[in-house]
Amino acid sequence: MAQANKLAQLVQKHEQDVLKNWLGQQLSAVTRRADLMKESELQSQSRQFLQSFVGALQTNPDNIDDPAWSPVKEFLEGVWRSRAVQGFSPSETASFVFSLKQPVFEVTRLELDAQEFAKEIWQVTNLLDKLGLYTTEVYQKSREAVISRQQQELMELSTPVVQLWDHIVALPLIGILDSARAQIVMENLLQKIVDTEALIAIIDITGVPTVDTLVAQHLLKTVSAARLMGADCIISGIRPPIAQTIVHLGINLTEIITKATLADAFAVALQRTGAKVTRDSVNH
Amino acid sequence: MERIPILKMGKFLLVTIQVDMHDQLALTLQDDLTNRIVNDHAHGVLIDIASLEIVDSFIGRMIANIVGMARMLDAETVVVGMRPAVAITLVELGMTLSGVRTALNVDNGMAMLNASLQRQGA
Repeated sequence: MAQANKLAQLVQKHEQDVLKNWLGQQLSAVTRRADLMKESELQSQSRQFLQSFVGALQTNPDNIDDPAWSPVKEFLEGVWRSRAVQGFSPSETASFVFSLKQPVFEVTRLELDAQEFAKEIWQVTNLLDKLGLYTTEVYQKSREAVISRQQQELMELSTPVVQLWDHIVALPLIGILDSARAQIVMENLLQKIVDTEALIAIIDITGVPTVDTLVAQHLLKTVSAARLMGADCIISGIRPPIAQTIVHLGINLTEIITKATLADAFAVALQRTGAKVTRDSVNH
Repeated sequence: MERIPILKMGKFLLVTIQVDMHDQLALTLQDDLTNRIVNDHAHGVLIDIASLEIVDSFIGRMIANIVGMARMLDAETVVVGMRPAVAITLVELGMTLSGVRTALNVDNGMAMLNASLQRQGA
């Protein structure tokens, strides 16, 4: 504890020098992005970080998981967020912490003898490395959050159910149909059947690149579930290669009405619901 | 004793299942329904399961059985009002109830029965 206090005292005593050196470091570094951030902003960020760093150092110098370090971590997260918005790369942001090493070494070297110096150096290196890695972790987490949110959005976006006519809904499927998506597709379709009192549901697979046994299984399940709700399903948009694959795989779709195009399926649906589309004699 | 009510609506019978089914209740329902079909000369049965939130393979089998029995007695059965979640569960259980006619709600089911009755008459 006493040693740590010594480090804290040293940094506190030479705070101005450390800050000046550190700023110099950051300003001259190759990772400096003058285009993205003003010098004054950098200065205030650096000062705040140094103050909270010293504060935490005085309480618990060894373990950055200690609550004493949470202000430092929070501050870093804030820095991180603002820099991510400004367009900094992860290494550019991590070097914010790493570049503090040299100025701290500098003041420690001036004040301490060789043995103590080595000890303090080890400690401060250790701490700053951990903090630097922490920023990267935060970065990674925020990225993962973005990715999972986008996945969710993509899933919701990619499964629209549209009403074509009274009691006729269509589900244009686009992209690869995996289990998770098939589940959402099924739920959406069934809910839409309830909402629109649909009697016919057209599943258009024009946009599905490949149909294997698993995809066919999902389709069959969806059709069966829709039938249990009292709606007949028509599968349309079957491209020639897919028709060949389905037959080669031995998948039995004979119990389902299949049509080559959405237009054909729609014609059948209209006929089934008793609706008729006629062409007026056009007067040009 | 607990019973599931069977209502007569014109030429059809309406069965609304609102409680959890168990063996005895299902047997009683089968008894009652077959008797009523014969006594009332019903030509159609609507089984409304709109308030059923939980299904298992037992209920699936029971519905299939009732449909089979009604068919023997020349009454067509339509299962109506199945919820999306219930439909998904039944499909996942592998019970697609093929051969059982279904409709979204009682209105549609009634229209379906009327249509098939007219076809038969014609």
